[in-house]
This record gives sequence, structure tokens and C-alpha cells, in this order.
Amino acid sequence: MGNLFIASLIDGLLIGFVYGIAAMGLSLIWGVMNVINLAHAPIMALAMFGVYLLFVSLNLNPYIALILIALIGLIGGVIIYYIAIHRVLSAPPLSTLLATYAVNMIMIGLGTAAFSTTPRNVNFTLGSIGSGDLTVQGTRLVAAIVATVVTGALYFFLYRTRPGKNIRAVANNRAAAELMGIPSSRVLALSFGLGTLLAAVAGGLIATFFPFTILAGNAYQLKSFVIVVLGGLGNPIGSLLGGLILGVMEGVIPIFMPNSWVPVLEFILFVIILLVRPTGLFGAKK
Amino acid sequence: MKQLKSIGLWVSLLAVVALGIGPIANRSASLRETTYIIMQVIVLAASLNILLGFTGYVSFGHIVFFGLGGYVGLYLINAQNWPLWSAALAGGLTSGLLAFLLGKAILRLRGAYFALATIGINEAVRAFTNNFDPFGGPIGMTLNFRVYNSYGGAANALWLVYYAVFAIALLAVVLNFMVKNSKFGLGLMAIREDEGAAEVMGVITPNAKTWAFVLSAILPGIVGTLFFFKNGHIEPGDAFRLDYSIEMLVIVMLGGQGSVLGPILGAAGYEGLRNFLLTSPLFKNIQLSVAGALLLVIVLFIPAGAVGWLRRRVPILRKVLA
Repeated sequence: MGNLFIASLIDGLLIGFVYGIAAMGLSLIWGVMNVINLAHAPIMALAMFGVYLLFVSLNLNPYIALILIALIGLIGGVIIYYIAIHRVLSAPPLSTLLATYAVNMIMIGLGTAAFSTTPRNVNFTLGSIGSGDLTVQGTRLVAAIVATVVTGALYFFLYRTRPGKNIRAVANNRAAAELMGIPSSRVLALSFGLGTLLAAVAGGLIATFFPFTILAGNAYQLKSFVIVVLGGLGNPIGSLLGGLILGVMEGVIPIFMPNSWVPVLEFILFVIILLVRPTGLFGAKK
Repeated sequence: MKQLKSIGLWVSLLAVVALGIGPIANRSASLRETTYIIMQVIVLAASLNILLGFTGYVSFGHIVFFGLGGYVGLYLINAQNWPLWSAALAGGLTSGLLAFLLGKAILRLRGAYFALATIGINEAVRAFTNNFDPFGGPIGMTLNFRVYNSYGGAANALWLVYYAVFAIALLAVVLNFMVKNSKFGLGLMAIREDEGAAEVMGVITPNAKTWAFVLSAILPGIVGTLFFFKNGHIEPGDAFRLDYSIEMLVIVMLGGQGSVLGPILGAAGYEGLRNFLLTSPLFKNIQLSVAGALLLVIVLFIPAGAVGWLRRRVPILRKVLA
């Protein structure tokens, strides 16, 4: 029981890191431009397929493929921003929701036509460490490390570099940032690109240890919503912590009750947090 | 009844009748099925319009009321041997009750927070039914085929259900019109424009919002029971489809939010387009993408929807289109 508990805890924590960066992407976009990106799911799913295709056809190491996919994610995000988001940014919230949902439909439609909805998996393993009950899959461990590095890099970027500081300035007050000579629409495009980059990295990492279909992103997008609310909308580090909480819940709850109760508890927690502390567990009180 | 003289109401009702009379006129079962879906979408979209169009609250998980109504109704028919009509009414009232209980709490949230909360509620209810044994858990419930005998056989039952959904679609339009032209509706629209100001002007916003939420939940609950009675089977995945919920938002937006005719035009246009794309050899495989691209164009360039656009471009129509 003790070992099982610790093993589930570790498993949950490791996955939690990956959930965390997926949610961070959503949270970053929300924090900078108040847009809930409903195209998060297909971006994650397409990243999964990207890693899969590079692995299967070019025999590329998934982690090298991931770098490429992250880059494509960044560029793709910037393109999505200019086509779909830029025009409706100052319109009522429904418009941006529908615009990102339209992007979602386009991507899922093309993805389904290209890949059908049959499940795939990246047949790649890094062995496992530990013994008996206490084993940890190598791919999950690496995924957690990659997620941590990405988070660190994001923070370095946001706090130590000029474009990163621009992003924080625009998030803080777009009009004032513009008056200071910051090109706000370019900064917004970059932020959206970073958000999709994070989604793509998370999707690529998930592909290394879970099977997936083109529709797989939906479940992770819903989890990201829960995490983002746990951690506070617009608070990236809160998202990582929220991801860890969710990961641990998913790891540990099945020991005590059937697996199918996990989403019930997750979503009830989600609604309660929204009602009691809409700024999230780690957000500042307003 | 000054309102009965409004041309707008009659234009909207006429539009629904024009859409719905086809299958009754030529007794075609296949036409009835496509029209059934259009009528159902009109009910769902018009109900959503009360909350979205008039009150300005974006409910992403509105489908929870449809699914819950379906579950309650089917459970009553199956396990308690209730007749369809009272079961459907019970389904609608249960949805209304859920909206009432949730309303005060979640309607405090504004904008995106409210949208996220409605998604959470839909997913929570879906996950809960997945584990709830009286409702059949993940397998759901299948209607005993003999049930249809008391409605003159399955074929006849399908027609009865069609007449019912047709009538409810007309009712939904009348309800929309009455809300829009009432003092209550005026309060809702004040909330949409500026909630703080509405409160200062004497609108008791928590109550008004809650009643709008309840009103928008009852009819989806009723058509939920009708649909799953017709279907003969219900399971959590079919009942609480988040993408169907978002489609309703799209439809309200397409037709023009906050107008009575909008949801009707949106429903007819969207479903018509979908049927065309699904049957066209060119677009069959990428119909979702084509619909998405179209939606994007509308969101970007015609944000007021069809009715809003027509009213702005053709001033004569302002009197006619409610």
C-alpha cells in the first residue's frame, strides 16, 4: 500500500509537469490578451502527430522532433494570431471565443481528413528506473525534466529579456505600453505564439508515453482549463503548481475509488474554485 | 395584446412554420428527420439566446440542460413507466431547477469566468452520470421497444415527437419575443450593456439573471427528453456533448444574437450548410474545416450576425425583423 501510494504519487507528479506546461500556454494567452484559446486542443493533437510522423518516417529521436515541433508551434501561433485574433481582440469576449473555436474546427477538420481518428502511438521507450512497485518510466521522467526546463526558460525570457519584458508590459496595461513605444500587436502575436509553443511541447511530450488520436487534445484542453483556474488565470507559475495538483489527484485518487470518479472530483473542484476564489489558489486577492 | 400586432413576431413564426411544414405536407420520413434536427436546434438556440443575446452571458455548457432533461425523462419513462409528455415536462422542470440552484452562485461570475464555470458544470454532470448507476453509468439507458406501442407503434411515435418539437419551436420563438418586449427583458438588456449601471437603475440583477438562466434551461430539458425518446438510447457521451453546445453558440451568433429571428435563421442556415457539405463530394471529408472557415469569416467581418447585418443594410427591414 505504501509503495503503491508513493509510486502513484510520483507518476502523478511527473505527468503533472506536462499538464502544467499545457495549461501555462493557455494561461499566458489569457493573461496577456484576455483570450481563452479554444484552439489549444488541436494544437496539442497536431503536435502529437508531428512528433509521431517525424519519428516514424524520418526515424528522428522524439526529443529532437520536439524542438522542431515547438518552433512550428511558435510560428503557427503567430500566424493564427494575425489571421483570427487580431481583428476581434477588442470585440466582446464571445467573438474571440468563436474565432479560436473556428480555428479549432478548421484544424480538427483537416487533421481528421489527413489522419482519420484511429489511435496512434510513438513506439519509443527509455526503459524505466527503480524496482518492484517503485518504477518510473524513463519517458515520463524526461518529460518532467523538459517541462521544468521549458518553464525556467519561459521565466528567463519573460523577466530577463527585452521582448519578454514587453510582453509583461502589454499584459499589465496595453495602452500605457503603446505610449512607451512598445509595438503592441507584434508583442501580442509573439505571446500567442509562445502560448501555442507551450501547447505544442506539452502535446509532443504526451505523445511519447500515451497513445493518442486527432481528438485527444480535447481531454487535455479541459484539464488545462481546470489547472488554469486552480493556478489563477494569467499566472504561469500557478499553472505549473495547478498541473502538479491535478497530476497528483489523478495519480492518487484511483487508489481509493474507481478511476471514473476522478473527473467528477476534478470538475467539482474546478467549479468550487471558480466560485470561491476566481483568482485561483495562488492568485493575489483582489 | 399590443404585441400580437407586431409584424416581427409573425415573420419569425412564419419562418418556423415554413421550415417545419414540409415533412407534414409530403409525409416523408427522411425529410422529417432532417427537419427534426432543425427544429431542435431552433429550440436550443432560441433558449440560449435569452441568456446570451439578451443578458450577455456566454454559457458554454448549456447543453447540460438538454442532456439532463433527456436523462431524467428517459429514466421516468423507462423505470417509472411515466407517459412521454409528463416525463418530458419533468425533464424540463428538472433542468430549470438545476439552473435555479446554480444560478445565484455562478451568475456572480462575469465574462470568461462564467463561460469556464458552465464548461465545468457540464463536464462535472457528465462525469457524474458516468458513475451514477440508476442512469446506467457509462452504458446509459436503452428504451424498451414496447414503450412505443402505447403511442401507436414506433413509426407513429416518431411523428408525434416531431409535432411536439415543432410546437415547442414555435413556443420558444414566442417566449423569446415576449421576453424581448417585456420589462423583464429590458432589465436583461440593461445588464448586457452595463451591469453596474443596470443595478443602479433599479434592476435586481441577481434575480433577473437567475430567471433568465432558468427560462433558458426549461425548453432544452423538454426537447432533451423528446430527442432521446426518439433515439431510444442515451449515454453520457451523447447527452453532454460540449461541441454541440458550442455549435449552438455559433448558430445564435450566425443568425444574430439578441434578435428573435436570429436563432431561426442561424439554425436553418447552419444545418442547411452542414447537410450540403456532408453530401457534397468535394467537401465531404473536410466539412468541419469549411464550416470553421465560414464561421471565422463571419466572426471577423459580420459580427452582428445575419439579422444585425440585414437591419443595418436595409432600413425597411428594421420593422419586419424582430
